[in-house]
Amino acid sequence: MSILVFIETENKAIKKNAQEAIAYAKAVANAQGGEVTALVMGDIDPSEAEKAGNFGASRVLHAADSKLEHDNSMAYASILAEVIQQESSELIILAKSGLADAVAARAAAKLKAGIVSGVTALPSFDGDGLTVQRSIFTGKAFSDTRITSKIKILVVNKNTIEVTPTTDTAVVETFSPTLNDKDFKATVQDTEKATGDILLTDADIIVSGGRGMKGPEHWQPLLELASALGAATGCSKPVSDLDWRPHHEHIGQTGIKVAPNLYIACGISGAIQHLAGVNGSKCIVVINKDPEAPFFKAADYGIVGDVFEILPKLTEAIKNR
Amino acid sequence: MKILVCITNVPDTTAKISLSDDQKSINKAGLPHIIGPYDDYALARGVELRDQSGGTLTVLHVGLADAEPQIRKALAIGADDAIRINMEPIDSYSTAEQIAAIAKEGQYDLILMGRESLDYNSGVVHGLVGEMLDIPSYSPVMKLEINGSTASITREIEGGKELLTCDLPLVLGCQEPIAEWKIPNMRGIMTARSKPLTVVEPTDAKSHTEPTGFSLPAPKGACKMISSDDVASLVNLLQTEAKVL
Ligand SMILES: Cc1cc2nc3c(=O)[nH]c(=O)nc-3n(C[C@H](O)[C@H](O)[C@H](O)COP(=O)(O)OP(=O)(O)OC[C@H]3O[C@@H](n4cnc5c(N)ncnc54)[C@H](O)[C@@H]3O)c2cc1C
Ligand SMILES: Nc1ncnc2c1ncn2[C@@H]1O[C@H](COP(=O)(O)O)[C@@H](O)[C@H]1O
Repeated sequence: MSILVFIETENKAIKKNAQEAIAYAKAVANAQGGEVTALVMGDIDPSEAEKAGNFGASRVLHAADSKLEHDNSMAYASILAEVIQQESSELIILAKSGLADAVAARAAAKLKAGIVSGVTALPSFDGDGLTVQRSIFTGKAFSDTRITSKIKILVVNKNTIEVTPTTDTAVVETFSPTLNDKDFKATVQDTEKATGDILLTDADIIVSGGRGMKGPEHWQPLLELASALGAATGCSKPVSDLDWRPHHEHIGQTGIKVAPNLYIACGISGAIQHLAGVNGSKCIVVINKDPEAPFFKAADYGIVGDVFEILPKLTEAIKNR
Repeated sequence: MKILVCITNVPDTTAKISLSDDQKSINKAGLPHIIGPYDDYALARGVELRDQSGGTLTVLHVGLADAEPQIRKALAIGADDAIRINMEPIDSYSTAEQIAAIAKEGQYDLILMGRESLDYNSGVVHGLVGEMLDIPSYSPVMKLEINGSTASITREIEGGKELLTCDLPLVLGCQEPIAEWKIPNMRGIMTARSKPLTVVEPTDAKSHTEPTGFSLPAPKGACKMISSDDVASLVNLLQTEAKVL
């Protein structure tokens, strides 16, 4: 089976989520036979592109063109479809993100391919079909979904597979895509991107604050813990609604869905809509002064107490570990 | 300007999901349903834009008759008319084909959707419809202004945002803070009753995926409580027991 992985980059390197997508593709290839090819757009260092091999890709196709440096799902989908046809790929894997969903959807419509987004396990094959588990109702349930089209597109959630990198490298080839004007109708006027911050969706550890943090001026102890842990920071919806924290930190059903190894919730009550965004986390720690806070029911470890007392102690203990 | 807003009919965000005994379906009985929260943002901004620039706003739902209270609510919030395509929306692709067929026929300038539905929450229908209509699609959109035939869009990208301009027609997946959710007023509720709601049978769309069974997440074990005087032991447990540090 010919398997193609669409990989995203961050700072000219393979994004962490993409490493998982490659590992997922490799696990399928190991079970079904076949090779994994990765497709990468825009700006990446060749020495970084090679590293797709660490996770199981044997080849990397690099579609290089300065027009591709901005996230452009229209152009990326056209290129993805072009490569799928050239490679006769039957299974396409992407790591879940806003961009990946858009690219996958548009490529699916071009190729009349079945698409399943929110995949949470490896697929099983039967005849021409494939069945895979996906998360539905923001993680409150799972559905086994069968895809019957010839080309099958899977958008895979974070933490679906363990990544164990090797020292293998992939062969990098340049791919010259056919660029089409109709994919470049929009003009980018301005981009605002927090640089240096750890992306929430990529983070292994997240420290998150709720209304219990009392106000934006009190965020320092939380930021210090995050920095001691190398963690990204998140927040509940009211916190971003009140502009205490930027909107892109808002986690939950109507915000970002995260799946870190460790989620530390500080002064968040644990409303069901917030839990819907964190239920993919491996381990949840809750700090709340109210022993009845619903978040404790969804937690692995809990401390009842005042965040402003506990956060500095925890930061200290982390530094001393 | 002709605006189309696509709404879903989803379980309330506080609802607990349960399965039938054979695990082949979700128990729908007694499950309160709402307009998808993101679709509600799309609808709210759609109503504002229609009020500013004139034109019409149509709401579209692909689904069965049980969604009609939600469709009437959208009419009460300010949509001019509604279309329901009478089909169970289990597959994003075939749902998108239905939406695209209506959109093509109606020649809409702006097709607003939610960033994702809260049931199958794939975040793929806007991209599918955009491609089927051969027009650009953007999601998630946090801010939208229309000047003549050009849209100014602020969309969220990972770790930030991007401002772009693009000519209509467009398909957009919306999220906050694009507009505040609107609550229907009394007059809206009264007039909604007489606004047209057309039920259309689906064109034969091919679905490529089908659910074969459902399951629920394994229940979480008990939370281990740690004394606030002994924070160091939490770090120890995270290292040795949970192995996440
Ligand atoms: C359609 C819909 C969608 C929604 N989507 C989301 C979503 O995506 N994400 C989201 O987060 N919410 C969402 N919500 C809102 C959600 O219902 C809750 O209102 C919200 O999560 C509460 O935020 P909070 O826990 O920060 O605040 P609160 O509920 O006010 O809780 C504050 C907590 O802090 C604790 N506390 C106070 N002081 C201290 C202290 N000194 N030390 C320790 N603890 C302290 C309190 O005991 C309390 O538990 C949504 C709601 C709706 C209706
Ligand atoms: N059955 C449906 N009827 C109308 N619109 C829909 C339907 N399903 C999805 N949509 C629209 O597409 C958006 C994205 O849905 P999804 O791809 O399922 O996450 C939703 O927020 C709706 O605006």
